[in-house]
Amino acid sequence: MNHKPMEEARIGVYVCHCGTNIAKTVDVAEVARWVGEQENVVVARDYKFMCSSLGQDLIESDIKERGLTRIVVAACSPHMHEKTFRGACQRAGLNPYMFEMANIREHDSWATDDRAAATQKAKALVEGAVRRVAHHTPLEPLPVEINPNTLVVGGGIAGITTALELANAGYHVYLVEREPSIGGHMAQLDKTFPTLDCSACILTPKMVEVGQHPNITLLSYSEVEKVEGYIGNFTITVRKKARYINEELCTGCGICEEKCPKRVVDHVFEAGLGYRKVVYRPFPQAVPKYPVIDRENCTYFLRGKCRACQIFCPTKAIDFEQEDEIITFQVGNIVLATGYDLFDARRIPQYGYGRLANVFTSMEFERMVNAAGPTGGKIVLRDGVTEPKSVAIIHCVGSRDKNYHEYCSKVCCMYSLKFAHLVHERLPDAEVYNFYIDIRAPGKGYEEFYHRLLHEGTHFIRGRVAEVTDAARQPGEEGKLIVQVEDTLIGKQRRIPVDMVILSAGLEARHDSREVSQLFKMGCDFDGFFVERHPKLDPVATMTEGIFIAGCAQGPKDIPDTVAQGAAAAARVAGLIHLGTVMMEPVRAYIHEELCSGCRICNTLCPYNAIVFHEDRQVSEVITALCQGCGTCVAACPSGVISGAHFTNEQIMSQIEGVLWDVRRNGNGKQPTVNIQQSTANVQQPTVNEP
Amino acid sequence: MSVNGKPKLAMYWAAACGGCEISVLNIGEHILTVDEVFDLAFFPCIADFKTVDVRGYPDGYIDVCLFNGAIRNSENEEMARLLRKKSKILVAYGSCAYEGCIPALANLTSKEATLETVFLNNPTIDNPDRVLPQPAYSVPEGELEIPEFYHTVKALDQVVDVDYYIPGCPPEPHQVWAVLQVVVAALLDGAPLPPKGSIVGAGDVAVCEECPLEKREKTITRFYRPYEITPQPGLCLLEQGLVCLGPATRSGCGALCPQVGMGCRGCYGPLPGVEDQGAKMLSAIASVIDAGEAGMEEAELDRVIEEAVATIPDPAGTFYRFSMAHSILRRANDSQSDKV
Repeated sequence: MNHKPMEEARIGVYVCHCGTNIAKTVDVAEVARWVGEQENVVVARDYKFMCSSLGQDLIESDIKERGLTRIVVAACSPHMHEKTFRGACQRAGLNPYMFEMANIREHDSWATDDRAAATQKAKALVEGAVRRVAHHTPLEPLPVEINPNTLVVGGGIAGITTALELANAGYHVYLVEREPSIGGHMAQLDKTFPTLDCSACILTPKMVEVGQHPNITLLSYSEVEKVEGYIGNFTITVRKKARYINEELCTGCGICEEKCPKRVVDHVFEAGLGYRKVVYRPFPQAVPKYPVIDRENCTYFLRGKCRACQIFCPTKAIDFEQEDEIITFQVGNIVLATGYDLFDARRIPQYGYGRLANVFTSMEFERMVNAAGPTGGKIVLRDGVTEPKSVAIIHCVGSRDKNYHEYCSKVCCMYSLKFAHLVHERLPDAEVYNFYIDIRAPGKGYEEFYHRLLHEGTHFIRGRVAEVTDAARQPGEEGKLIVQVEDTLIGKQRRIPVDMVILSAGLEARHDSREVSQLFKMGCDFDGFFVERHPKLDPVATMTEGIFIAGCAQGPKDIPDTVAQGAAAAARVAGLIHLGTVMMEPVRAYIHEELCSGCRICNTLCPYNAIVFHEDRQVSEVITALCQGCGTCVAACPSGVISGAHFTNEQIMSQIEGVLWDVRRNGNGKQPTVNIQQSTANVQQPTVNEP
Repeated sequence: MSVNGKPKLAMYWAAACGGCEISVLNIGEHILTVDEVFDLAFFPCIADFKTVDVRGYPDGYIDVCLFNGAIRNSENEEMARLLRKKSKILVAYGSCAYEGCIPALANLTSKEATLETVFLNNPTIDNPDRVLPQPAYSVPEGELEIPEFYHTVKALDQVVDVDYYIPGCPPEPHQVWAVLQVVVAALLDGAPLPPKGSIVGAGDVAVCEECPLEKREKTITRFYRPYEITPQPGLCLLEQGLVCLGPATRSGCGALCPQVGMGCRGCYGPLPGVEDQGAKMLSAIASVIDAGEAGMEEAELDRVIEEAVATIPDPAGTFYRFSMAHSILRRANDSQSDKV
């Protein structure tokens, strides 16, 4: 097929060494020499760091002095530096879209150690880019207005911080929380390490502020069902689950909760350690103040009787007929702060949780030591009375373990130290053992806190616990829980009998994080945590424009880091809102109206509803402002009359032909130059048959 | 030009059915004008010419040669090369010469398999000695030769340089006449000819443009073969589940087939700028198959799509019926792909 560019292209090609990242595996000088001989290539150079200002200067001066009309840089991923080099083109007066990047790092040098093969592949990738760029046309970015409202998903400390930062900056926020109250995990905690601030005392003022803020629409007990649109113009559909409480009438007096005759184990807020009523607020400081009726357990819903809450409610706010409400609104940006799930300690049977009564999880212990918790802050065994004389705290439960999660959950060491401190404080005579692999205390005041615990007399035993058992083998072990561990500092197996064991469970991604990432069309890693745009330099942005992440949804982190990310995400959003418009890639579909036959194949395909059909002229049209350049219609159009700007047929086919330059040469009867696995038929010298 | 001053016209059939010749004769009384304007130099279907006559012509003697049929064997190729040499303007006439057409569907299989079906293993064949055609055979009178049967069927321009293409299986008479008028004007009055390589006698827009059936938004749950349903009159056949290649096919025919309830077969070939007609139509069909609801289980989705797709028998033959030789597929992969 013939893919000739319209005018003569003067192409400059720059092959980057990326230090040794590329040059170590790819013979960059050879690639540059070779590509210099290819059609339309006027300049071909290799350079140590193309992204440096010197590297960019090289491009700029070549454009000016050698009259280059198209530029190819063979370097890293376009995600990394496409913007950089487009900028260089622009500064030299060349339209930035007359540029193409060949990724010879992630797609090539990092993928192999075979220098010959890597060099061959680099040539193919560069040749593809050279042939493609010859068909590039100048494009202008499209301005998109940013809706100043923001959606924040998740009402933990991350989401609260983001919402308050934005609201205080004068921007409206929709804060969506799945549970009946905001507060998240932080509301369940007793003290925070290492300062031992009361968690609730520092959190609740922020919660109240969210609840009262004129710029925050709080949608608690709600879930996002649908996300449509793109940066600046998202349409969000939220399901507000029925509370069976009329929020306009409810004063939050709590009489319904008091009069409700039925109580159930509270597996959420009290971590299964305490009870709640069937009409309940998760905790007294809940925001919003309105309770929720737990439909699954409510006697009225189960048997049609009771109605105690309705009878006693002084404002007649109980509404058993209430139904879920679907709310739709527009936002310009989205921040996902959906938090984490605690590792389920039952998954490690040898630690006995769920089988041995006096093995507790860290969240159970948090609730136990909390003065507002089920035991009123008393540290007691499962019987609710006996104070333990010895407590074992096992670190890294579910973390740093190939069988569960390989990563370190980052907070467990510190909260385990906090637990040890709290036991010393409440039960001065109790012995406390911390079983750790390594103590990880990097943070302001963290190492000092560890030293404080060493002085408080905590026993630190280095080694991963093999087993927690109630099978006594030696005198003194009867009626105790025995922690079997190899003490790696003394090189001996030890059996430590204790009364209570606390499992410091790790943090894992929300069980439904994958569905959430699909809902918002953004990435999710192998562990289920949301993927940031760049692990170092862009930790709160995602690969999807207009969608940001904060807190543990991105990976395990402590409260200060979470707050910092929440604020960072808010700052990014505020920056976009302040700009008012963003420039979008002009990668858009276009229907050549005079060639459209009106077959209407494309009409139902557009995920952004950007295609309209004109009955009068019998042609379809793409509304540029709505098009997101996904290319679905371009591929589907059987007549080939929809073009995707920057992804035209000529561009794609030329690139494919360029990438396959050596294969094509083989097809013409020459010996193959690469030893890619070929069927024997292809390696045979082809017979030339001229009749 | 020859002694009588008339431009010379030739028409030759290679691997073809004969329909193309008929389509020329089908231009009605205009054939008299053709006869008036042209001198026939070679037209085996209607007049007694021999190859030796053509060999005797000086190069470029023939002004216009309408070459129809695909290149299936060595004789086809030899004639293509000969007529190229002897003709000023060589036209790939009809779908076979233009893009391979039905003969090129044999590229989905091998030479051996084709011979097997035609000569050995077929209910209407009785060939106990398994006699197959041999390119050369010795008899007492001497050596007999027949043309070599090729492994891959090619379009005319895959063998020789082609000046123009007239699509269609066969080309529609009004289009044939329109093209001949342009040629006549050029030869007699020096009017400009279209640029070399042009596709003449066809439109630039899809068949749907000429098709009067009402088109609506499309979601297709399953497909039907023409005998299975009686299509609702006045409504686009494709959305009724009848495979219609109209949207992927060049106009020019006047949308004859869809108007009588038969989906477009695609004989006018791909639209300008489309590399692969079959792939384009497949991609369009895949886009409008009703693949169920969002949130359906992966396995369930697979099943729904599988069932919808299964209602199209012989997809390669359906979507590449005319365009196999030039398609990106080119031919079925086999161990003999280096063979001619």
